[in-house]
Order: sequence, then structure tokens, then C-alpha cells
Amino acid sequence: MIELIDVNKWYGHFHALKSINLSIGKGERIVVCGPSGSGKSTLIRCINRLEVHQRGKIIVDGVELNDQMQNIMAVRREVGMCFQQFNLFSHLTILDNLILGPVWVREMPRRQAVNLAMSFLERVGIADQQNKYPGQLSGGQQQRVAIARSLCMSPKIMLFDEPTSSLDPEMVKEVLDVMEELAREGLTMICVTHEMGFARSIADRMVFMDGGEIVEESPPSEFFSNPKMDRTLSFLNQILH
Amino acid sequence: MTLSVFQPAPDLPPPPGQTGLWRFVREHFFKDATSSVLTVLGLLFIYSIAEPLFSWFFLDAVFVGDAKTCNQADGACWAFVGSQVKLFLFGPFPRDILWRPSLAGGLLAAVFAVTALRLVSVRYMVLLWCALVLVSYWLIGGGYGLQPVPSTKWGGLMLTLLLAVVGILFSVPIGIMLALGRRSKFGTISFLSTAIIEGTRGIPLITIIFMATILLPLFLSDGVQLGTVFRVQIGIILFSSAYIAEVVRGGLQSINRGQHEAANALGLSYWQTTGLVILPQALAKVLSPLIGRCIALLKDTTLVIVIGLLDFLGIAKAAAQNPEWLGFEAEALVFTAAVFWVMCFGLSRYGRSLEKTGAEKNH
Ligand SMILES: Nc1ncnc2c1ncn2[C@@H]1O[C@H](COP(=O)(O)OP(=O)(O)OP(=O)(O)O)[C@@H](O)[C@H]1O
Ligand SMILES: [Mg+2]
Repeated sequence: MIELIDVNKWYGHFHALKSINLSIGKGERIVVCGPSGSGKSTLIRCINRLEVHQRGKIIVDGVELNDQMQNIMAVRREVGMCFQQFNLFSHLTILDNLILGPVWVREMPRRQAVNLAMSFLERVGIADQQNKYPGQLSGGQQQRVAIARSLCMSPKIMLFDEPTSSLDPEMVKEVLDVMEELAREGLTMICVTHEMGFARSIADRMVFMDGGEIVEESPPSEFFSNPKMDRTLSFLNQILH
Repeated sequence: MTLSVFQPAPDLPPPPGQTGLWRFVREHFFKDATSSVLTVLGLLFIYSIAEPLFSWFFLDAVFVGDAKTCNQADGACWAFVGSQVKLFLFGPFPRDILWRPSLAGGLLAAVFAVTALRLVSVRYMVLLWCALVLVSYWLIGGGYGLQPVPSTKWGGLMLTLLLAVVGILFSVPIGIMLALGRRSKFGTISFLSTAIIEGTRGIPLITIIFMATILLPLFLSDGVQLGTVFRVQIGIILFSSAYIAEVVRGGLQSINRGQHEAANALGLSYWQTTGLVILPQALAKVLSPLIGRCIALLKDTTLVIVIGLLDFLGIAKAAAQNPEWLGFEAEALVFTAAVFWVMCFGLSRYGRSLEKTGAEKNH
């Protein structure tokens, strides 16, 4: 489903991604972790071309990401993304946030889009907030709206970039619950998170990054109990205690 | 152990002399000796200015009569303004077809009302204003079945409004395009936009107006004949667009990068992202400077005086030269000022009401 082959990225002279190789199958759930500044965000943002890689190949669902705008658009239509800061459109109501993509990108009739949006709002448990503006919702609610907004595009792949790390502790669970449900339904997911309990329960594979490289890649059972690399061990010690 | 329930004490009324008008006056104007003295001095000062003004404006003014009655009175001669009102409104426009600009004015008022009351969606509003411009040009300029009136015969408030409304309608979208262009990732577009913006902002409007009338014909191919008004209009639009571009750019810059990213991640194209997500937020943020630029444009149209066009201000000065009514320039100017003030204040109020609607979304 997603192939990264020898992907390199520089910010000016700073080498942010160093020869990344990663292959993700359909329905697989990957959790990416690593210290701050290790390139996790950069990596997943390359997958929908919010960041441009300079060397190597990224192929998403058979489409290669290069300078061709139509390829980029084709990939973005199939890949949903949730951000740490939610990034809801603050001038639109919750409902309008949700139907924007279906109406303008999928060219769905408005009524059908509204029905779709309402069904997803119900699933994430905030159907009663449809006419509010994002600024009137709590962080946890906003993030659930953001997830619903992505789901309205019926993506084949979902990217999450630390979706819970700007939330107050009591709201983390409501968002993780929604994500766990998605994971159980077989959506392909790449998730940058430091919620290790969540990672343990849903991940098929853990990817640990440091200094722009993938240091270790293994199933969670091995990753947590028996990490191969010292760097992984010291990182795990830091965040689990 | 028994649980005690907290019961707040009932509210007591404030002690006497702590509320109401008298307290307000005492606290703000007569708090101590100094403030009392200042208040009295201030009142005397205001009175010394306001009293003669009031007499001139109302008590000693002549509202109906002719130049003779006016010359005998001490106050303002509003009769003069009344007798010249057609001139003020329409300038030298042929008197027998005044219904045409009047109708255009009525349509303008109607469309403005529809806009201010938000009776139709934004899309129809844009269409309405475009239609208004076309119809007004036709009504005023003639052609297509109407007797043509050359632009040298256009004048007065009609000309001012035409220049201002058309100016605003064109310079806002052009300004937005320039602002987007300046931020474009394509080097040529961004360079060109920046050059136009900075080039124009470095030249005084008065120079641009002269250049538009003298230089523009040199660039146009021989067949094309543009009326003076049209050329000045282009100059005004260019000038105003450059300033609006900078206002809009400020708004664009204030939009969080996350908004672009979220829109892109959804699969929206550049124009969809810009039109549906970025611009609505950016424009809402710069609404008050934007309205400020529109007010400035409305007032700047008076500069067309320098190339001999008789706009509202120009016609007021010309009216004061009327041999039948000599010596009433002050009244003409006061009247002009009052009308400008009402128009600008109206625009400013409209801007405020838009801002309030916007603010509701964030609370
Ligand atoms: N736009 C940019 N320009 C220059 N350097 C950048 C830019 N974005 C990120 N970087 C650098 O690239 C490196 C990787 O950044 P990235 O955001 O991918 O880290 P991260 O692993 O997501 O960290 P965090 O856990 O703090 O989110 C960092 O050192 C960062 O300073
Ligand atoms: Mg990050």
C-alpha cells in the first residue's frame, strides 16, 4: 500500500530523513515513535506530500509522489490526516468543516454529504455540536471532529501526527477510543504517538526513529519487551517511567 | 459530623449616592478642585465655539429665499445649496434626462441595502454589483438605444459615486489577486505582483491621475478611444489595488500554516484552498483596514479635480462661482463635507456590523 524506498529529505543543509525504507501493507497499523526532532512528523508528512522529499521514491497505493500535481492530488484524495493542532477551519461550522472535502473534492451532492457527515459525527459522539464553530468546542471534541472530517473522504489510509499530545489528560481517552475503533475496522493507519498503551493494543508494527533514521522496526510484543537497540531501550526507559 | 450547605448572603442594595447619573457626573467631572475647574473651563471653551456655530448653522441661517435675503442675513445660506442641488448631484449632465443618473442612484441604494441587510448569498451579491456597474454605465453614458452623453458632461455626486463604487468593486478583487500573486511560489508572478504593488505605492495618486490621462493614450492602439473618466478610473483602481493588496497580504500572513495543510491534506486544490479556507479567514481579519481603504478611495476621488473633472467637490467649488450666488463657498463646502461624512460613516458602520458577525464565530 505504501512504499518508501531510500527516502531522503533535507531542510536546507539539515538532513532530516536519512535513507528511509519502509513498506506498509493494506490494513496494517504502524505506530511511529522516537525523541523530539527525530523526523517522525517529517516522515508522515512526506506520505501526503505536505513535505517534499529530495531523493528516493514514495509510492502510495500504486501512485508515485513526484512533481506531477495530478499524482499528488490522487494520493491526497485517498490519504486522510489528523494533526496535533486539529487545524479545523475556524470560519466554518462543524458540519461545514466535514462536508467541505466531499462536496468540493468528491463532488458529492450537498444533501448526501450532510448525511455522510452526520453519520460520522454520530460515530465520534458529537452529532449535537454540528452547528457550532470549532472555537466553541473542547480540544478533545475538536480532534474527534478532525478525525470525522478525514473519514468523510473515505480514505484508504489515515495518518495521525501526535493527535493526543496537545490534549488535556482527561480528553486523551475519548480520542484514543475513536482511533482504536478505526484500527479494529481494518483501516491502514500510520500513527505518530507516545501513547504506549494504545500502541501496544493496536499496532501491528512499531517504528522507532532517531536522528532522521529508522533505528528499529518490530512487532510491539518484541519492541516493548525485548528491544534490539540501545537507543530504543533508553528511549523506552525514558517515556515509560 | 453534620454537613453544612453553603448559603450565599442575599445581595444588599448599594449605599445611596453610589449609582446613577449624579454619581457618574461627580466621579468623572467634579472629583476634586482641579477636575471641577477643568470641567468649568472646558464647558466655557465648548460654549464659545459651539454658540456662534449654532447660530450660523441654524438660528441666523436662511433656508428659503434668494441671494438678496441671504446677503442680509448673518447666518448660512442653505437656500443657495437648495437652489443648486441638481448641479451638486449631477454636474453638467443634460437636464432633460436626469432620470437616467437618478435611476442609477436608486439602483445603487437598493443594491447597497440588499448587501447591508444580507438578503442574498455572497455569490448573488457579487453578480448584483457587477450588473449594477454595467447598468449604471449604460444609464449614464448612454448608447444601445439611449442618447449618448460624453463623459465630459458627467459630474457632481454622481461622478464621485461612480468613480468610488467602480473603484472599490474592481480594486478589491485586483488587490486580492496581487496579494496572492506576491505570495505565489512562481517567481515571475510573485516578482510582477511585487513590482506592481511597490511601484504604484511609491507614486502619489495625483501623479497617477495625471499619468492616466496623459500617458495611457500613448500605450493604447490608435483605434481605442477612452473617455477621460475611464482613464482616471483605471488610475484610481491601480492605486487603490496596490494598497488593498498590502492589507490583504497582512491577513493572508496571519493565517496559520495548519489551515493550508489541513485543506491540502483533504485534497483541495490551490484555488479551492485559497477561496474556501484561506481568503474568508484572511479577509475577516483585515475587514476594518479594508473598509478604511474603501473610505480613503471614496475621499481620494476628489483629486480628479486636477484634470478638470467636476466631481462632487469640484462642482461645489464651481457652484460658488455662480454670478447669481456669489460668496457662498463656505455653505457649498460644508454641504459637501456633510455628504462625504455621511457616506464614509455609513461605510464604517457597515464594516463594524460585519466585524461583529465575524466575532460571534470565535466565542
Ligand atoms: N520547516 C522546517 N525547516 C527547517 N527545519 C525543520 C523544519 N521542519 C522540521 N525541521 C527539523 O527537522 C527535524 C525533524 O522535525 P520533525 O518535526 O519531523 O520532528 P518530530 O520527530 O516530529 O519531533 P516532535 O516529536 O517534536 O514533533 C527537527 O530537527 C526540526 O528542527
Ligand atoms: Mg512532530
